[in-house]
Amino acid sequence: MNKKVKETLRGKKVSRRSLLKGTALAVAAAALPSAGAEAAVWDAFFQKHFQELNDRDLDRIITRLEKEYADRYGKHIDVTANKPLPGVLFGYGLDIARCIGCRRCVYACVEENNQSRDPQIHWITVLRFKKGDKWISDLENADKYYNPAKVPEPGYFYMPTQCQQCENPPCVKACPTQATWSEDDGIVVVDYNWCIGCRYCMAACPYGARHFNWTRPGLPTEEINTQTHYLGNRPRYSGVVEKCTFCIQRTRKEPGQYPACVEICPVGARKFGNLLDPDSEIRYCIENKRVFRLKEEVNTQPKFFYFFAT
Amino acid sequence: MRRFLLSALAICLLTALAPAAAPGESPAVGEAIWRTENVEAGPKETGIPEFFVPPPPFSEGIFPCSDCHADQETNPERRVLEDMHEDIKIINHNEEERWCLDCHNPDDRDFLRLASGRLVSFEESYYLCGQCHGTIFRDWKAGIHGRRTGEWNGVKTYRLCVHCHNPHQPRFQPIAPLPPPVKPKDIK
Repeated sequence: MNKKVKETLRGKKVSRRSLLKGTALAVAAAALPSAGAEAAVWDAFFQKHFQELNDRDLDRIITRLEKEYADRYGKHIDVTANKPLPGVLFGYGLDIARCIGCRRCVYACVEENNQSRDPQIHWITVLRFKKGDKWISDLENADKYYNPAKVPEPGYFYMPTQCQQCENPPCVKACPTQATWSEDDGIVVVDYNWCIGCRYCMAACPYGARHFNWTRPGLPTEEINTQTHYLGNRPRYSGVVEKCTFCIQRTRKEPGQYPACVEICPVGARKFGNLLDPDSEIRYCIENKRVFRLKEEVNTQPKFFYFFAT
Repeated sequence: MRRFLLSALAICLLTALAPAAAPGESPAVGEAIWRTENVEAGPKETGIPEFFVPPPPFSEGIFPCSDCHADQETNPERRVLEDMHEDIKIINHNEEERWCLDCHNPDDRDFLRLASGRLVSFEESYYLCGQCHGTIFRDWKAGIHGRRTGEWNGVKTYRLCVHCHNPHQPRFQPIAPLPPPVKPKDIK
């Protein structure tokens, strides 16, 4: 092929424009699925943006994904696509006065949300600070690798961080393909089928909450959580970004469970609920406790509230 | 404004205290009474969660206390226990000022006794803790203090204070942390 092009170039005068056109067409043609490809491949290739899908499209896509996962993992994985509940805006509370830094939440999250075990991806990072030292203005230098025999250690306190589910999310603005957006219930989601892996969102996030699959996730079949959501914990591809979704597959139900990190926390430091419900636990926190949000000065308006209970 | 606030506070206090002060009939032990609908005949306090609480975490074979104590004469003398329960030490819980019969009812050991004289079952031990730890009790009722599992918009499971705090040594005991994340330099 290369030789032929060269000959043509030598033999005939080819204008710069037609050469570029031809090359572009050839590249485009090479990127298309080959003629022998299955219908599923074409279907995936021409999949519309998630927010433009009608219920029939969505059903077809879910069937396709379930088949894809069954082929890859040898077992049935249930993919749901529950819509946001009306009148619900999720909010999260974390009691820094209680957290003992035991990292139970980190691993409960990994198991619930099918994160890659190897290479390791954690959606929750627990930071450790020395009492009396600079902390809230120096998050980047906090210790996340602490490993004593027992926690809490005297003289230290702990602050877990994860996606803050911003009302004004910089990651969404940064995404060139609109593969990430804020849902009506306030959860910032990623469509792994639209993410091109440019990682602009990771650079834009002030909280380090987004994580990248450098390889196909190392996810042992026997450890897969088979209850998944399209926008949440379904198995990911290589080269896509992922993040905390407030356990969308658990919470976006009527009735819905608490997120996995809330349930596992042995000291009950994690609170979750509907910000629009005046009787919810999270509203009680905000109205009665000393609350702050991380990096308020960057105007991301997180729905993740740190508080100090009595 | 301040006077109004004070009087509002006083009214709140009175309404909160009134049912607690009324001598309620203690429910029989062994009945499942940790759900509000079953507590109709029992003492009432506003804001007690309507949700299930698992049974109290008794040591095996220790309850009912009356199995042993029914035949024994109560020794009201404050002392170090030697023959039985010698493993129970009060640590970090005002040990100088407290001993068994401050909380355990001397006449029927299957119940706890509040400062008011009202008897409460072990399933309702939060009333006992709440006598001193009022702010924590308030937060627990609102779902802020303590671990909560279940449904954020449905049926939740609460826990008693004693599920996480040993009543005799209530400080939360340190636990081993799970492994730290892999450092970038260790990624192969």
